[in-house]
Amino acid sequence: MIVARALFADNRRLVLCIAVVLIAGIGLPLLNLLTPPTSALHVPTYVVQLVGKYLCYALLAVAVDLVWGYCGILTLGHGAFFALGGYAMGMYLMRQIGSRGVYGNPLLPDFMVFLNWKQLPWFWQGFDQFWFAAIMVVLVPGLLALGLGWFAFRSRVTGVYLSIITQAMTFALWLAFFRNDMGFGGNNGMTDFKEILGFSIQSGGTRAALCFASALALALGLVVAASVVGSRFGKVLVGVRDAESRVRFLGYRPENYKLFVFVVSAMLAGVAGALYVPQVGIINPGEFHPANSIEAVIWVAIGGRGTLVGPVLGAVLVNFGKTWLTGALPEVWLFALGALFVFVPMFLPNGVVGLWRSRVKRAPARADKTAPLARPAE
Amino acid sequence: MRETDKLLYVDGISVSFDGFRALNSLSLMIDDGEMRAIIGPNGAGKTTMMDVITGKTRPDSGEVVFDGRHDLRALDETDIARLGIGRKFQRPTVFENHTVEDNLLLALKGKRRVFDTLFARRATSETTRLKDLLELIGLGTQRGILAGRLSHGQKQWLEIGMLLAQDPKLLLVDEPVAGMTDAETETTAKLLREINKTRSVIVVEHDMNFVRELGVTVTVLHEGSVLAEGSLDQVSANPRVVEVYLGR
Ligand SMILES: Nc1ncnc2c1ncn2[C@@H]1O[C@H](COP(=O)(O)OP(=O)(O)OP(=O)(O)O)[C@@H](O)[C@H]1O
Ligand SMILES: [Mg+2]
Repeated sequence: MIVARALFADNRRLVLCIAVVLIAGIGLPLLNLLTPPTSALHVPTYVVQLVGKYLCYALLAVAVDLVWGYCGILTLGHGAFFALGGYAMGMYLMRQIGSRGVYGNPLLPDFMVFLNWKQLPWFWQGFDQFWFAAIMVVLVPGLLALGLGWFAFRSRVTGVYLSIITQAMTFALWLAFFRNDMGFGGNNGMTDFKEILGFSIQSGGTRAALCFASALALALGLVVAASVVGSRFGKVLVGVRDAESRVRFLGYRPENYKLFVFVVSAMLAGVAGALYVPQVGIINPGEFHPANSIEAVIWVAIGGRGTLVGPVLGAVLVNFGKTWLTGALPEVWLFALGALFVFVPMFLPNGVVGLWRSRVKRAPARADKTAPLARPAE
Repeated sequence: MRETDKLLYVDGISVSFDGFRALNSLSLMIDDGEMRAIIGPNGAGKTTMMDVITGKTRPDSGEVVFDGRHDLRALDETDIARLGIGRKFQRPTVFENHTVEDNLLLALKGKRRVFDTLFARRATSETTRLKDLLELIGLGTQRGILAGRLSHGQKQWLEIGMLLAQDPKLLLVDEPVAGMTDAETETTAKLLREINKTRSVIVVEHDMNFVRELGVTVTVLHEGSVLAEGSLDQVSANPRVVEVYLGR
């Protein structure tokens, strides 16, 4: 009911977005598989791979927007939740390699043999089972968000300080995962995956299925986000963003609202990371780099925060630009990104979606969703 | 904790900010059903007093007892709001990106936990209550527009409406008519008198015409403590009050 109302009553654009995501997620891989490379309709494999990656980024962006756009928590650490989901999937994929590794150890991944480890660490137990890894993909990011959020929100850390804490979290994990003795492959991370659920990770069919799974995850993520923000809970959330003390003096506990949405968002980011890893074939500590988290915020800002379609658009547009520029003019990419982050908030405070909205002259009827980037402390 | 039959019992509270005494052994008692006006020059401590009552600021010393049995010093803002104390801020604070109706809906008395609101559906009783409230605060025709688009005065009324929606026993109203036209001020006085028929109210205001219109007991604050108390005529004849106001 809630879902139906949120989706169909007042957000036709979101329905359209979900439809496009699903059609692209099914159609492009099918065209890749079913048409011969000579056909005009043929979609090359690398495009399917790219689209799959973009869809994961888009899900990460939706997660960021849920906390930033709707609750005013400017997270600079969501890349950590994405990476943790990715590592959980990577551990499953590593254990699927079995005795086909370079050292041929049936139980231990290559990097452990190389480090002279004799047995599997306790936290690697269970990862040979897909269902277990799948649970960890949401559980680990969710628990980290719960712990961090519990302390931060209860002690009423807001604004810039909260952003710094989230950034520090991903920075700490970045450093930690570089260490060999952490047991996650150190600097090199995990790669050379062979199979997922018994299917060869390199095969066209698996790639197609992963691309489709990413589209499905994004669509479901959008539905979850829409039902959260479309409920009365979502209204309280926007209240927390715009006037937290008013919410408090009405008898709500803003910290619980923030905590809930932060945990849900971290879980979505974890799922995005888990789908990303088998498609790119590697996970290493680089995914924890603070810059990744900042980039995700930029996607949301560019697409339009506080809307659900905006982050999807932003993630796809920016990453398409990145792919294109890194190919055509590799030196320029970072400057382009920096320039975007400076100029978009100045000239497009509501992102691409806002531009479209004012073009079609619906602005007066709709909410002016702009709130200051970070609210001043009370 | 003190035994008391007062609705609000404030005794000897002091608050210091970095050595500066904003409240200095302030005492105040409000009866059930009473409306009280509080006046005093800028910086007298009126807002700080409301901060103490609503749990935003902890007093260094003194007692605050609500309804004869709740020690407010031990509770936080949320708990105190749930006990039945509503507060309008000095600067009108409404949810600008929500419609007028949604502002009231969020304020309506009801369950406020995460999983309650996540699955809440609008009840018919809520719809009726919203209609009544909209009528009372005179924003019936604005129900569907965003609160951010209201005029300053309308925002003040909306915020008062939100307090009412909470169904509190006591309303703390900080400068409700600041920036209002004369006609709006008069409407606000009428609104507060209407509210006072069923609830207790504490109004902080600088506008003497408005205070006169309310026609209630006035407490004058100065430098963090009570300087005088009585009818407006009584306190304005008090030489110390005159000195405080003219001496500035
Ligand atoms: N958080 C704070 N930190 C430091 N000083 C404060 C704080 N809050 C209030 N004060 C000081 O305490 C004094 C009382 O302030 P308060 O806001 O209660 O006055 P007021 O009577 O409401 O004045 P006004 O009529 O201007 O609203 C002022 O001098 C103010 O500067
Ligand atoms: Mg004040």
